[in-house]
Order: sequence, then structure tokens, then C-alpha cells
Amino acid sequence: MPTTLIQPEFLVEIDYDKCHKCGRCVQQCGWGVYSFNERPFPDDTKCRACHRCVTYCPAHCIKIKKNDLALRDNANWSAEQRKNVWRQAESGGVMLTGMGNDKFYQSVFDHLVLDACQVTNPSIDPLREPMELRTYLGRKPDSVEVESDGKGGYRLKEGAGIAKNVKLDAPIIFSPMSYGSVSLNVHKSLAMAAERLGILMNTGEGGLHADLYPYQDNVIVQVASGRFGVNPEYLQRGAAIEIKVGQGAKPGIGGHLPGEKINKEVSTTRMIPQGSDAISPAPHHDIYSIEDLRQLIYSLKEASGYKPVGVKIAAVHNVGAIASGIVRAGADYVYLDGFKGGTGAAPAIIRDHIGIPLEIAIAVVDQRLRDEGIRNQASIIAAGSIRSSADMAKAIALGADVVAIGSASLMALGCHLCQGCHTGCCSWGLTTQKAELTRRVDPEWGAERLTNLVHAWSHELQEILGALGVNAVESLRGSRERLRAVGLDAQTCEILGVKPAGL
Amino acid sequence: MTTTTTGPIEGYIQTVPTLTREGETVTIDAQSVYYKYVNEAIRAAIADGAKSIVLNNVNGQRYIGTGIKGADITITVNGTPGQDMAMLMDGPTLEVFGNAQDGVGNTMNAGKVIIHGDAGDVLGYGMRGGRVFIKGDVGYRVGIHMKAYEDLRPIMVCGGKARDFFGEYMAGGLLILLGMNSRLEGPLVGGYLGTGMHGGAIYVRGEVEPWQCGKEVGVFTADEADLADIKPVLADYCECLGMNLEEVLSEPFTKLVPVSHRPYGKLYTYL
Ligand code: SF4
Ligand code: SF4
Repeated sequence: MPTTLIQPEFLVEIDYDKCHKCGRCVQQCGWGVYSFNERPFPDDTKCRACHRCVTYCPAHCIKIKKNDLALRDNANWSAEQRKNVWRQAESGGVMLTGMGNDKFYQSVFDHLVLDACQVTNPSIDPLREPMELRTYLGRKPDSVEVESDGKGGYRLKEGAGIAKNVKLDAPIIFSPMSYGSVSLNVHKSLAMAAERLGILMNTGEGGLHADLYPYQDNVIVQVASGRFGVNPEYLQRGAAIEIKVGQGAKPGIGGHLPGEKINKEVSTTRMIPQGSDAISPAPHHDIYSIEDLRQLIYSLKEASGYKPVGVKIAAVHNVGAIASGIVRAGADYVYLDGFKGGTGAAPAIIRDHIGIPLEIAIAVVDQRLRDEGIRNQASIIAAGSIRSSADMAKAIALGADVVAIGSASLMALGCHLCQGCHTGCCSWGLTTQKAELTRRVDPEWGAERLTNLVHAWSHELQEILGALGVNAVESLRGSRERLRAVGLDAQTCEILGVKPAGL
Repeated sequence: MTTTTTGPIEGYIQTVPTLTREGETVTIDAQSVYYKYVNEAIRAAIADGAKSIVLNNVNGQRYIGTGIKGADITITVNGTPGQDMAMLMDGPTLEVFGNAQDGVGNTMNAGKVIIHGDAGDVLGYGMRGGRVFIKGDVGYRVGIHMKAYEDLRPIMVCGGKARDFFGEYMAGGLLILLGMNSRLEGPLVGGYLGTGMHGGAIYVRGEVEPWQCGKEVGVFTADEADLADIKPVLADYCECLGMNLEEVLSEPFTKLVPVSHRPYGKLYTYL
């Protein structure tokens, strides 16, 4: 009997005429593809096309090709579906995978275009005119009262009770990715970049490593159902606190970091024993209602000296009502994670088939909060496959205050989207805890690349704002009149609050 | 005490109550004071060097002792505190002469909570250290996700009966159920006992039926070594709540421990 019916996904071809026989490919590969006996020999079955070896081969003699082995065409049964049946017949297990949804779903962002100024309203030249990207995360008051400062000016009235906000120099933050799912050097890169950029990184549900304490003013600390690493000191350190209820890649599913990834450092940061599974169940067992959520929000405020507390949820149907409840429960921001969001590990079946597109979620949440007159009471963070500054601008025009980038920030650090994060063998040293791999990311190098990425997107956003004739990102927020739909059905347009192109 | 009834929440006093200080003891009258101001008063008293704080006329105020630090601080609660008492507490001793509600000791780090009455649901959620002693009955999901870390070992002893999901997802520490001071009908403990448990130990004074237990637990009769382990804890419990240790130890205990530290290790296949 054959042990497997599944043929390799990729073929690794080495041009031995060019090969220096230096063995670098052997060292670089985290998946153990190569063995070496006078020259490198690849085992195709292990290759994930992460391109680490290709990038580092001095002779440029490695080619990774798709294994085009012909399977008889079938419009109903894709090759992938067939392979998955074979895989599960072999293992009996739930298929676990990494990174975001890779199935074909129409991208709403790709069917929205932004407007531009012409004759009657002038555009602005962002190279010469000031362009404001600064934004503030948190609850804004219904009204402000001012009083005279005695010197002919005004100041906010004493005791006006304005909630703390967090200042962001650009409307971008780094998405929650826990230390444990990513390496410490990734966390350091994110924290250093966040500090330099005047933005925020988010710890995810894995606690805050002591090496990140110097960056605490640029860190959102997360509280998930497993309460990993959560203690009063941790809450005191964050610039804001986030209750994680859901994740776009796996709505209704908890977190599970396998015991093999819980080494000494991860165990210290999460405050759990080494080697035991870190199970973060889907529900917070102290939240079964909006009233319970309110209780948790206020206990965290009480324990942290009234810091902003946000709530992260996955985009699911009826998200408008859910967000309204969250805001009424006292959250300072709502973090919406769309169904194309990334993940360190999720059952593939959940990742690919559950949840709703982010674009729709932003629009309905923004609209619902406006209709209820509470939009000012919380900021909206939009995340879940923000791939470019255009996605960012469209998300903001649909109603988000800020976007969060996870997969894009890992790509800035080398990720090639090989989708093997859940194995803990990432050749790029990102989603692994193996020391020989994690040292591949130098935090200084990483911070610089992340800073470049956010700078580039910020410049592009300024260009877009200029084209729209507005000089502050806050003027774009929820400005759906500046968007038009191309190729979306009438009902989707209506839900998005966007007119079709031509109107 | 200053009393104002104007403010965003009607019917409550919206200012920090005046602290009455005698030596290192501060007394706070919590009658009708909005929870935020009760907790502000506690923090102010601690900042002022008070070591013993007495709260009188507590009636449902939430978050008492939440996030409070300091092993040398004692807080006495006279009345019925509200939810999430001693959440994230780190060191103090908190004694309640009355019943407590849900969420006592949520994610607590260190310290001691003594409750002379009954308590509600999700007690000790994610609790990482310290002791919670309850004299009477407890509700659902007690000890859920309790965890241990290095020298932190959370301990909870419930003197009465417990409802379903006792010790669910328990990842560490010690959870004891005595069934002695109960006012409830029905079994000693509900169903789903220790479901998803992957660390720590649960002791029940008496027997549990197979239908009550989660499939993740192994059930044993506690032996001499086990009893030696829990005896000092029970002695402390008895001393705090005025109970008789010999009587507590007069019945056999059932011990539940997880069958695996990796309950879901084999569930997945890697894509
Ligand atoms: S890295 Fe390139 S040149 Fe070096 S052994 Fe591998 S294939 Fe040959
Ligand atoms: S983080 Fe690493 S393992 Fe995950 S997709 Fe990117 S390159 Fe692959």
C-alpha cells in the first residue's frame, strides 16, 4: 500500500552546472528540504515555496516550480479538494493551516474606486501643502465645554471628563500577533517601528516580553480568554487594552499554541509552564452578554487607571448590532477583523468559509453607530487583509478611523506567504521559536523595513487625500460619497452606502 | 461624608466618601456610593499608608479590591460586594462577611479572599496565584482556566456544593470542594466536572459519578500522599472560616487529574 496518495506541490530544481556546492540552501531551509552529499539534494515533498533558499543561493541556480502533474479536469472537484480528501483519509485530523484565506472570493475593495477633484473643487498638492494624517484612538465627548484661560484665550473646561485617547501619527497600527505565534525579534521589530512612527503595535494574546517594556507607550496589550500574561503590571504598561473576543480568520474559534512552541521565554511571558498547550478557549467565560462585556471593560479600566479599552471582534453577520452593544458597553474602540485576516494557525475549513468581508462590516458598523448617534463614542479599527494604501484609504472612506496590518507587516520582514506558520518552521524566522531561525530577523533591520513600509503608505495616502481635495485623514473617514462601485450588485452597493460608478 | 445625588448615575453618591482613620485602619461607609468612588477611596487609603481598610454597608459595588497590590493590606467587606471582586488582585487579604457574587478572584495573582457566605459563577477565572476560601455554595464554572506558573499555585476551596463545569479548562493549581455547608438540593457537584482540564488537581470530599466527569480527567481515590498535600491548605481554610479540620478530613476525598497536558495534541493534521 502506498503511504500517501499526495504528490509534492512544488518541484525544486537545481542547476548543478552553476551550483557552488556551498551548502547555503541546506542551512537556510527551515523545512528540511535539503540534504548534502558533495552537492545539495532536495526532497520536493517538504518544499513550501517560501523562497528562503532561492533568495540566499549565491549562484541563483535554484528554481521552485509548481508540480504541474495533470489531474483530470473537473469543474466540481478542484485538485485541492481531491488532495484534501486524500489527506484526511490518511490522517483523520482537522486540517490546520497558517496565514489568511486563500480561496477565491470577490474582493470588495477591488470593486471600489475613489473619486478625484476636477474643475469645481481643487485638488491639493501634498508635496507643498500640509496634510494631516494624525488621528486619535478613543472615545470622543458628545460636546466640549470651554472656559476662558484669563489671557484672552480658551481652554477645555476643568473636569470636562474627556476620556483618554491615544495619539497616532498615521492611521495604521500593527495587528495583534502574539509572542509565541511570532518570534521575539518580530515583536521587537514591530515595537521599535511603532515607536519611531508614532503608532502602535499590539501584543496579541501572548503577554508582553520584558524587552518590550521600553516601548510600552506604543503598545496595545491584549486580554484574551486564556488571560495569558495578564496581570496588573501588564495592564498598567499598555497605552491601551484590548479585549479579544474574535479573530477574522477563525470567528468563534479560540487560540491554541501547541506545547512545542512554549519554550522558556514564551512560558515566562505567558506565565504558563513550559511545554504544556496554551489553550485560549473561544468564549471568555466571564462574558455571556453585553452586560458581562461591560463588566470586563470596566474591571480593566479600574485595574489600569482608566486607560482606553477596545474590543476586537471578527466580522460576522449582524455586526452592526454587535458593535453598537460593544460601544454602549463602554469600549473606546471596536476592532473589526475581516474574514481574509491572517492567522498563525486555524482549521482551514473555518478560515476559508466563516465570516464576512471586512468592507461590508466597516460600512454597516459605521452606519449603525451614526444612526444611533454614538459614532463619536468609539473609534473603529479595520483589519483583515489590508494589502495596500488603497485598501487603507477605501477602508477609511467606508468608515474606519484606523487600519491594522498583520500579514503586510510580516511580508515587510520577509514573509513570502508560504502558509506554513502553524508548523513553527518558518524559514524567515518569523512564525517560529527555533533559535537558529529566529536570529535571522535583526530587530533593527526589521524596524527599518516596517518604518519604510508605513512611510510609503502614508505618502500614498497623502497623495490620495490630495487628489480628493481634503487635507486631513479625518475628513476622509466615513466619506462614502467619495467612493464608487464598479461591478458590485445593487444590494451590496446599498449596504455599503456607495453609489455605482457613473452616478 | 459628602453626599451628592446629582451626577450621571441617579440614586448614587458620586463623590469619594470621606475616610475615617484610626491609626492604620481606615473605615469607609459605602452606603449608596457609586462603585467607582468606593474603589477610589480604597486606593486613596492605601496611598495614604493605611494597612487595614473596613468597608461598611457594601451593597453590590463592583470591582472591590480589583488591581490592588500589597501583601500587608487587609480589606474587610461588611455587606454584599458586587461582581469581579479581587480581580487581578496582587497580594492583599480580602474578607467578606456576607455573600459574594460572580467573578471573585478573576485573573488574581496573589493574596487571599475569605468569603463567609456563598459565592456565584466563574470564580477564580484564570487565577494564577493566591487563595480563595468560600464557606458556602458556589455556582457554575468555578475555577475555570485556573493556571499555575513557577512558584505561583492558585488554590480555591469551596465549602458547599458546586454547579456544572467545576474546574473546566483547568490548567494548574488546586481546587477543592467540600460539600459541607450547603443549603442546596441536588448532587455535590454538577456535570462536566474538569472538562478540558489539562493541569492542576481537583479534590472533592465524597464521590463523583462517571456521568459528572469530563473525558479529559482521570478519577482516583485520594491517597495518603494526596491528603498530606491538601491538609495544610484545609487547615488554613478551617482556621479562616472557623471550621473543624478533623471533621473536614473525616470523609474520603476523590482526586481528579488530567489524563494529558496536551488534550488536543492529536486532533490536527498539518496542511
Ligand atoms: S545555495 Fe545554491 S549554490 Fe549553494 S549549494 Fe545550494 S544550490 Fe548550490
Ligand atoms: S510567516 Fe513564515 S511560515 Fe508563515 S507564511 Fe510567512 S514565510 Fe511562510
